[in-house]
Amino acid sequence: MSNIENLKSFDPFADTGDDETELTNYIHIRIQQRNGRKTLTTVQGLPDEYDLKKILKVIKKDFACNGNIVKDEELGEVIQLQGDQRLKVMEFMVEALGVKKKNIKIHGF
Amino acid sequence: MSAEELGFDPSIKKKKKSKDVAPVSADSETTTVASTEDDDLFSGLKKKKKKSKDKKDTSEEPSADVTDDLSESFEGMKLKKKKKKKVVAADIDEFEKQLQDAGIDESIVNETSKKSDLIPYSQLLDRFYGILKEKNPELAGGQQQKLKIPPPEVLRDGNKKTIFANVQQISQVLQRNPSHLIQYLFAELGTSGSIDGEQRLIIKGRFQSKNIEGVLRRYIQEYVICRTCKSMNTELKREAANRLHFIVCKACGSTKSVTSIRTGFTANVGAMKKKRV
Ligand SMILES: [Zn+2]
Repeated sequence: MSNIENLKSFDPFADTGDDETELTNYIHIRIQQRNGRKTLTTVQGLPDEYDLKKILKVIKKDFACNGNIVKDEELGEVIQLQGDQRLKVMEFMVEALGVKKKNIKIHGF
Repeated sequence: MSAEELGFDPSIKKKKKSKDVAPVSADSETTTVASTEDDDLFSGLKKKKKKSKDKKDTSEEPSADVTDDLSESFEGMKLKKKKKKKVVAADIDEFEKQLQDAGIDESIVNETSKKSDLIPYSQLLDRFYGILKEKNPELAGGQQQKLKIPPPEVLRDGNKKTIFANVQQISQVLQRNPSHLIQYLFAELGTSGSIDGEQRLIIKGRFQSKNIEGVLRRYIQEYVICRTCKSMNTELKREAANRLHFIVCKACGSTKSVTSIRTGFTANVGAMKKKRV
């Protein structure tokens, strides 16, 4: 406890992070309708340093849903999950992966 | 809510001041007529006079002469009136004296007369807002200026499609190209669709009115509302040079770049199904 929080100088010109330039780092969570009332959740834009296979394994167990990884030429690897898992996925990423909430964008209805 | 508190009508204040001074000035004019016997009577009559002669008093010039004995402070003219009244109003005077003894003194009487001169606060406020609305409607709440967005009319078309009937109307209210709004809707809902003969939007998939409303709300947040002044009176312009879209506010003139609509990843539902089988 040597450094006192209060004494940290505040730089008003520091990058706040909500600049358009950071847009590419967004993690997009989307939902799609399948046949009937069934839905599909896709997670796009996870940084490369994460092991998607491991994440998928944990998610599948935690959410009790099936899922798979799809490779997209432009967008990289995308996790697909059955059902509407958007809120759960966001919570998981914030808590388990330490992703900042402002970097996650939830789409859909 | 007295005049002093509001600090509004200076004329009322002046009147009150001159009222206090007037009897003193009268004193200098009348030295002979006033008699000591009248003392008691005058003290009773004072109230009456003040009420009836408010206007006269204000017209009199205040003098620097300060005398505390108010009972001797009346003009001959006033006295005459009083003397006439003296006989008739003797009983009333006594009654008033009793009132005074009971603690109902001049100040209260004065206040009531002041109140009748005051314009009620609510009336003044109404007047103020009336003028403001007339001359500067934007400042007066600005509620009339607020855009009214009609709720989306969402119908079911069979089992697999949804009709968004008033896309055209809504995009018109938002001053946006319908195709831009439709593009956003498709991207967010992760689906596709078409426009039918009645200019209605047919969306693949089943959506409820509240779903569409939520997406619409996000569209407005992202592509309509001015970030600076929160006005919805904006335009979406495309800069040819850098191929960026800008919100141009018609209310405050600010511009802000907006992201282009990106569909992102869409799973090929049919292919996935095939794979599984
Ligand atoms: Zn503006």
